[in-house]
Amino acid sequence: MRRLLTAALAAAAVLAAAVPAHAAAPRTSLTDIEDEVMCVVCNVPLNVAESPQADRERVLIRHLIAQGKTKQQVKAALVAQYGDAVLATPHGGGIDWASWAIPAAAVALVLAALALFVPRWRRTRPPAAVTGAGPSLDAADARRLDEDLARYDP
Amino acid sequence: MRRSAVPFVAVVAAVALVALLVYGVVQRDDNRTLDDAVAHGQAPAAPDRSLPLLDGRGDRTLASFRGRAVVLNFWASWCTPCRQEAPLLERAQQRLAAHDGTVLGVTYRDTTSDAQAFMRRFGLTYPSVRDIDGKLAESYGTRALPETFVIDRQGRVRAISRGVVSQRFLDAAFAQVGV
Repeated sequence: MRRLLTAALAAAAVLAAAVPAHAAAPRTSLTDIEDEVMCVVCNVPLNVAESPQADRERVLIRHLIAQGKTKQQVKAALVAQYGDAVLATPHGGGIDWASWAIPAAAVALVLAALALFVPRWRRTRPPAAVTGAGPSLDAADARRLDEDLARYDP
Repeated sequence: MRRSAVPFVAVVAAVALVALLVYGVVQRDDNRTLDDAVAHGQAPAAPDRSLPLLDGRGDRTLASFRGRAVVLNFWASWCTPCRQEAPLLERAQQRLAAHDGTVLGVTYRDTTSDAQAFMRRFGLTYPSVRDIDGKLAESYGTRALPETFVIDRQGRVRAISRGVVSQRFLDAAFAQVGV
Protein backbone atom coordinates (compact mmCIF):
# COMPACT_ATOMS: atom_id res chain seq x y z
CA MET A 1 0.00 0.00 0.00
CA ARG A 2 2.82 2.32 0.93
CA ARG A 3 4.59 1.49 -2.33
CA LEU A 4 1.43 2.32 -4.29
CA LEU A 5 1.05 5.63 -2.47
CA THR A 6 4.69 6.51 -3.20
CA ALA A 7 4.24 5.73 -6.87
CA ALA A 8 1.08 7.86 -7.03
CA LEU A 9 2.83 10.79 -5.36
CA ALA A 10 5.78 10.48 -7.76
CA ALA A 11 3.43 10.45 -10.75
CA ALA A 12 1.62 13.51 -9.41
CA ALA A 13 4.92 15.33 -8.95
CA VAL A 14 5.97 14.54 -12.51
CA LEU A 15 2.61 15.77 -13.86
CA ALA A 16 2.77 18.94 -11.76
CA ALA A 17 6.19 19.70 -13.18
CA ALA A 18 5.12 18.93 -16.72
CA VAL A 19 2.01 21.11 -16.81
CA PRO A 20 3.71 24.48 -16.16
CA ALA A 21 6.45 23.57 -18.59
CA HIS A 22 3.83 22.93 -21.25
CA ALA A 23 2.01 26.15 -20.40
CA ALA A 24 5.20 28.17 -20.62
CA ALA A 25 6.17 26.71 -24.00
CA PRO A 26 5.21 28.90 -26.96
CA ARG A 27 2.11 27.58 -28.70
CA THR A 28 3.17 28.97 -32.04
CA SER A 29 6.05 30.89 -33.53
CA LEU A 30 6.59 33.96 -35.63
CA THR A 31 7.82 31.90 -38.57
CA ASP A 32 4.74 29.69 -38.36
CA ILE A 33 2.47 32.73 -38.68
CA GLU A 34 4.50 35.00 -40.95
CA ASP A 35 3.69 33.14 -44.14
CA GLU A 36 -0.05 33.21 -43.44
CA VAL A 37 -0.44 36.92 -42.88
CA MET A 38 0.22 39.98 -44.98
CA CYS A 39 2.14 43.15 -44.47
CA VAL A 40 -0.95 45.38 -44.76
CA VAL A 41 0.99 48.29 -46.18
CA CYS A 42 3.28 46.46 -48.61
CA ASN A 43 0.60 43.94 -49.72
CA VAL A 44 3.06 41.04 -49.66
CA PRO A 45 3.26 38.13 -47.25
CA LEU A 46 4.87 39.17 -44.00
CA ASN A 47 7.67 36.61 -44.28
CA VAL A 48 9.06 38.43 -47.32
CA ALA A 49 8.12 41.97 -46.31
CA GLU A 50 10.79 44.46 -45.35
CA SER A 51 9.33 47.72 -44.12
CA PRO A 52 8.81 49.53 -40.84
CA GLN A 53 5.16 48.45 -40.85
CA ALA A 54 6.15 44.81 -41.37
CA ASP A 55 8.46 45.12 -38.37
CA ARG A 56 5.60 46.59 -36.35
CA GLU A 57 3.42 43.63 -37.22
CA ARG A 58 6.20 41.24 -36.23
CA VAL A 59 6.54 43.00 -32.88
CA LEU A 60 2.79 42.68 -32.34
CA ILE A 61 2.86 38.98 -33.24
CA ARG A 62 5.78 38.30 -30.90
CA HIS A 63 3.93 40.16 -28.16
CA LEU A 64 0.82 38.03 -28.69
CA ILE A 65 2.87 34.83 -28.77
CA ALA A 66 4.56 35.83 -25.54
CA GLN A 67 1.09 36.12 -24.03
CA GLY A 68 0.63 32.42 -24.79
CA LYS A 69 -1.86 32.87 -27.61
CA THR A 70 -2.38 30.13 -30.14
CA LYS A 71 -1.88 30.62 -33.86
CA GLN A 72 -5.61 31.11 -34.42
CA GLN A 73 -5.83 33.56 -31.53
CA VAL A 74 -2.90 35.54 -32.90
CA LYS A 75 -4.51 35.68 -36.33
CA ALA A 76 -7.85 36.70 -34.81
CA ALA A 77 -6.10 39.50 -32.90
CA LEU A 78 -4.44 40.69 -36.11
CA VAL A 79 -7.79 40.70 -37.91
CA ALA A 80 -9.29 42.72 -35.05
CA GLN A 81 -6.61 45.35 -35.60
CA TYR A 82 -6.05 45.32 -39.36
CA GLY A 83 -9.18 43.66 -40.74
CA ASP A 84 -9.35 40.67 -43.07
CA ALA A 85 -6.73 42.28 -45.29
CA VAL A 86 -4.06 40.98 -42.93
CA LEU A 87 -4.84 37.36 -43.81
CA ALA A 88 -2.91 35.91 -46.74
CA THR A 89 -6.06 34.44 -48.23
CA PRO A 90 -8.54 35.92 -50.68
CA HIS A 91 -11.03 37.89 -48.65
CA GLY A 92 -12.81 40.31 -50.94
CA GLY A 93 -14.68 40.20 -54.17
CA GLY A 94 -13.34 40.63 -57.66
CA ILE A 95 -9.91 39.38 -58.49
CA ASP A 96 -9.43 37.93 -55.01
CA TRP A 97 -12.35 35.61 -55.53
CA ALA A 98 -11.37 34.93 -59.12
CA SER A 99 -7.83 34.02 -58.06
CA TRP A 100 -9.32 31.01 -56.27
CA ALA A 101 -12.16 30.24 -58.63
CA ILE A 102 -10.23 30.23 -61.90
CA PRO A 103 -7.58 27.67 -60.93
CA ALA A 104 -10.27 25.52 -59.31
CA ALA A 105 -12.42 25.73 -62.43
CA ALA A 106 -9.42 24.95 -64.64
CA VAL A 107 -8.53 21.88 -62.59
CA ALA A 108 -12.16 20.72 -62.65
CA LEU A 109 -12.22 21.20 -66.41
CA VAL A 110 -9.05 19.16 -66.93
CA LEU A 111 -10.33 16.37 -64.68
CA ALA A 112 -13.66 16.33 -66.52
CA ALA A 113 -11.84 16.16 -69.87
CA LEU A 114 -9.67 13.29 -68.64
CA ALA A 115 -12.68 11.43 -67.29
CA LEU A 116 -14.42 11.89 -70.62
CA PHE A 117 -11.63 11.17 -73.07
CA VAL A 118 -9.39 8.57 -71.40
CA PRO A 119 -12.00 5.78 -71.43
CA ARG A 120 -12.88 6.64 -75.00
CA TRP A 121 -9.22 6.61 -76.05
CA ARG A 122 -8.67 3.26 -74.36
CA ARG A 123 -11.70 1.79 -76.14
CA THR A 124 -10.70 3.00 -79.59
CA ARG A 125 -6.99 2.07 -79.37
CA PRO A 126 -6.28 -0.96 -81.66
CA PRO A 127 -5.20 -4.08 -79.74
CA ALA A 128 -1.52 -4.86 -80.08
CA ALA A 129 -0.55 -7.98 -82.01
CA VAL A 130 0.42 -10.43 -79.33
CA THR A 131 0.50 -13.70 -81.31
CA GLY A 132 3.84 -15.48 -81.30
CA ALA A 133 3.43 -16.87 -84.81
CA GLY A 134 4.28 -13.65 -86.61
CA PRO A 135 2.86 -12.64 -89.96
CA SER A 136 1.62 -15.40 -92.19
CA LEU A 137 3.42 -16.08 -95.50
CA ASP A 138 1.88 -17.01 -98.78
CA ALA A 139 3.00 -20.20 -100.49
CA ALA A 140 5.62 -18.56 -102.76
CA ASP A 141 7.28 -16.71 -99.91
CA ALA A 142 7.24 -19.82 -97.74
CA ARG A 143 8.91 -21.82 -100.47
CA ARG A 144 11.60 -19.17 -101.00
CA LEU A 145 12.22 -18.97 -97.25
CA ASP A 146 12.63 -22.74 -97.05
CA GLU A 147 15.12 -22.62 -99.96
CA ASP A 148 17.14 -19.84 -98.30
CA LEU A 149 17.25 -21.65 -95.00
CA ALA A 150 18.27 -24.87 -96.73
CA ARG A 151 21.23 -23.06 -98.30
CA TYR A 152 22.53 -22.09 -94.85
CA ASP A 153 21.99 -25.52 -93.32
CA PRO A 154 25.33 -27.21 -92.66
CA MET B 1 -21.71 12.55 -74.61
CA ARG B 2 -22.02 12.91 -78.33
CA ARG B 3 -18.92 13.98 -80.21
CA SER B 4 -20.60 17.17 -81.52
CA ALA B 5 -21.27 18.35 -77.97
CA VAL B 6 -17.60 18.26 -76.91
CA PRO B 7 -16.43 21.40 -78.77
CA PHE B 8 -19.52 23.23 -77.56
CA VAL B 9 -18.80 22.39 -73.92
CA ALA B 10 -15.12 23.35 -74.35
CA VAL B 11 -16.04 26.72 -75.83
CA VAL B 12 -18.61 27.40 -73.09
CA ALA B 13 -16.04 26.50 -70.41
CA ALA B 14 -13.39 28.73 -71.99
CA VAL B 15 -15.82 31.65 -72.27
CA ALA B 16 -16.88 31.14 -68.65
CA LEU B 17 -13.27 31.25 -67.47
CA VAL B 18 -12.53 34.41 -69.42
CA ALA B 19 -15.75 36.01 -68.13
CA LEU B 20 -14.72 35.14 -64.59
CA LEU B 21 -11.34 36.74 -65.11
CA VAL B 22 -12.88 39.88 -66.59
CA TYR B 23 -15.31 40.07 -63.68
CA GLY B 24 -12.42 39.87 -61.25
CA VAL B 25 -10.47 42.60 -62.97
CA VAL B 26 -13.51 44.87 -63.28
CA GLN B 27 -14.36 44.43 -59.61
CA ARG B 28 -10.84 45.46 -58.69
CA ASP B 29 -10.95 48.63 -60.69
CA ASP B 30 -10.55 51.83 -58.74
CA ASN B 31 -13.80 53.38 -57.61
CA ARG B 32 -13.79 56.91 -58.99
CA THR B 33 -17.53 57.53 -58.90
CA LEU B 34 -17.20 60.29 -56.32
CA ASP B 35 -14.34 61.98 -58.19
CA ASP B 36 -16.30 61.99 -61.44
CA ALA B 37 -19.38 63.45 -59.78
CA VAL B 38 -17.48 66.19 -57.92
CA ALA B 39 -15.48 67.00 -61.06
CA HIS B 40 -18.79 67.56 -62.87
CA GLY B 41 -20.01 69.97 -60.21
CA GLN B 42 -22.30 67.47 -58.53
CA ALA B 43 -22.45 66.82 -54.80
CA PRO B 44 -22.90 63.06 -54.28
CA ALA B 45 -24.11 61.72 -50.95
CA ALA B 46 -21.20 60.82 -48.71
CA PRO B 47 -20.96 57.05 -48.12
CA ASP B 48 -21.52 56.24 -44.48
CA ARG B 49 -20.95 53.39 -42.04
CA SER B 50 -21.12 53.03 -38.31
CA LEU B 51 -17.55 52.66 -37.06
CA PRO B 52 -15.95 52.39 -33.61
CA LEU B 53 -14.29 55.48 -32.22
CA LEU B 54 -10.54 55.20 -31.79
CA ASP B 55 -10.83 56.17 -28.14
CA GLY B 56 -13.24 53.29 -27.55
CA ARG B 57 -16.17 55.50 -26.57
CA GLY B 58 -18.76 53.90 -28.80
CA ASP B 59 -19.48 54.14 -32.51
CA ARG B 60 -20.09 57.11 -34.82
CA THR B 61 -21.60 57.60 -38.23
CA LEU B 62 -21.31 60.52 -40.58
CA ALA B 63 -25.06 60.93 -40.23
CA SER B 64 -24.52 61.82 -36.59
CA PHE B 65 -22.66 64.93 -37.80
CA ARG B 66 -25.51 66.01 -40.07
CA GLY B 67 -25.89 69.78 -40.00
CA ARG B 68 -22.14 70.22 -39.54
CA ALA B 69 -19.37 70.50 -42.12
CA VAL B 70 -17.04 67.52 -41.90
CA VAL B 71 -13.50 67.05 -43.21
CA LEU B 72 -13.20 63.29 -43.52
CA ASN B 73 -9.54 62.30 -43.49
CA PHE B 74 -8.27 58.75 -44.06
CA TRP B 75 -4.95 58.22 -42.30
CA ALA B 76 -2.69 55.73 -40.54
CA SER B 77 0.22 55.96 -38.15
CA TRP B 78 2.47 54.17 -40.65
CA CYS B 79 1.64 56.71 -43.38
CA THR B 80 4.57 59.10 -43.68
CA PRO B 81 2.72 61.85 -45.62
CA CYS B 82 0.01 61.76 -42.93
CA ARG B 83 2.57 63.20 -40.50
CA GLN B 84 3.11 66.10 -42.86
CA GLU B 85 -0.56 67.05 -43.01
CA ALA B 86 -1.42 66.38 -39.36
CA PRO B 87 -0.63 69.92 -38.12
CA LEU B 88 -2.64 71.39 -41.00
CA LEU B 89 -5.64 69.24 -40.13
CA GLU B 90 -5.43 70.22 -36.48
CA ARG B 91 -5.48 73.90 -37.48
CA ALA B 92 -8.45 73.10 -39.72
CA GLN B 93 -10.15 71.51 -36.73
CA GLN B 94 -9.77 74.73 -34.73
CA ARG B 95 -11.30 76.69 -37.58
CA LEU B 96 -14.10 74.19 -38.14
CA ALA B 97 -14.94 73.99 -34.45
CA ALA B 98 -15.62 77.72 -34.48
CA HIS B 99 -18.18 77.11 -37.24
CA ASP B 100 -19.77 74.03 -35.71
CA GLY B 101 -17.83 71.68 -37.97
CA THR B 102 -15.21 69.02 -37.39
CA VAL B 103 -12.43 66.98 -38.85
CA LEU B 104 -13.22 63.28 -38.62
CA GLY B 105 -10.25 60.97 -38.94
CA VAL B 106 -10.61 57.44 -40.25
CA THR B 107 -7.75 55.07 -39.48
CA TYR B 108 -6.94 52.58 -42.16
CA ARG B 109 -5.19 49.25 -41.52
CA ASP B 110 -3.70 50.43 -38.28
CA THR B 111 -3.57 49.22 -34.71
CA THR B 112 -5.44 51.11 -32.03
CA SER B 113 -2.31 51.70 -29.96
CA ASP B 114 -0.23 52.98 -32.89
CA ALA B 115 -3.04 55.28 -34.04
CA GLN B 116 -3.56 56.66 -30.53
CA ALA B 117 0.18 57.26 -30.18
CA PHE B 118 0.11 59.17 -33.49
CA MET B 119 -2.72 61.39 -32.27
CA ARG B 120 -0.91 62.13 -29.02
CA ARG B 121 2.35 62.87 -30.82
CA PHE B 122 0.75 65.44 -33.12
CA GLY B 123 -1.69 66.80 -30.55
CA LEU B 124 -4.74 65.98 -32.65
CA THR B 125 -7.96 66.90 -30.89
CA TYR B 126 -10.51 65.81 -33.47
CA PRO B 127 -12.24 62.42 -33.27
CA SER B 128 -11.17 59.41 -35.29
CA VAL B 129 -12.94 56.17 -36.09
CA ARG B 130 -11.44 52.81 -37.00
CA ASP B 131 -12.33 51.44 -40.44
CA ILE B 132 -11.19 47.95 -39.48
CA ASP B 133 -12.50 46.05 -42.49
CA GLY B 134 -11.72 48.90 -44.88
CA LYS B 135 -15.28 49.03 -46.20
CA LEU B 136 -15.68 52.77 -45.70
CA ALA B 137 -12.36 53.40 -47.44
CA GLU B 138 -13.52 51.13 -50.25
CA SER B 139 -16.75 53.07 -50.68
CA TYR B 140 -14.71 56.27 -51.04
CA GLY B 141 -12.34 54.60 -53.53
CA THR B 142 -9.45 55.00 -51.11
CA ARG B 143 -6.43 52.85 -51.92
CA ALA B 144 -3.56 55.07 -50.80
CA LEU B 145 -3.13 57.42 -47.88
CA PRO B 146 -3.77 60.15 -47.04
CA GLU B 147 -7.07 61.10 -48.65
CA THR B 148 -9.48 63.82 -47.60
CA PHE B 149 -13.14 64.45 -48.41
CA VAL B 150 -14.94 67.65 -47.51
CA ILE B 151 -18.61 67.02 -46.72
CA ASP B 152 -21.18 69.77 -46.44
CA ARG B 153 -23.88 70.20 -43.81
CA GLN B 154 -26.30 68.09 -45.87
CA GLY B 155 -23.92 65.13 -45.93
CA ARG B 156 -22.76 65.60 -49.53
CA VAL B 157 -19.21 65.38 -50.81
CA ARG B 158 -18.03 68.77 -52.06
CA ALA B 159 -14.27 68.38 -52.50
CA ILE B 160 -11.76 65.55 -52.71
CA SER B 161 -8.01 65.50 -52.10
CA ARG B 162 -6.29 62.24 -52.96
CA GLY B 163 -2.90 62.85 -51.44
CA VAL B 164 -1.51 65.23 -48.86
CA VAL B 165 -4.01 67.97 -48.20
CA SER B 166 -2.95 71.59 -48.68
CA GLN B 167 -4.09 74.82 -47.08
CA ARG B 168 -5.16 76.04 -50.50
CA PHE B 169 -7.40 73.00 -50.98
CA LEU B 170 -8.93 73.43 -47.53
CA ASP B 171 -9.58 77.14 -48.03
CA ALA B 172 -11.37 76.49 -51.32
CA ALA B 173 -13.37 73.61 -49.85
CA PHE B 174 -14.32 75.58 -46.74
CA ALA B 175 -15.67 78.34 -48.94
CA GLN B 176 -17.91 75.79 -50.63
CA VAL B 177 -19.36 74.49 -47.35
CA GLY B 178 -19.70 77.90 -45.75
CA VAL B 179 -16.92 77.77 -43.17
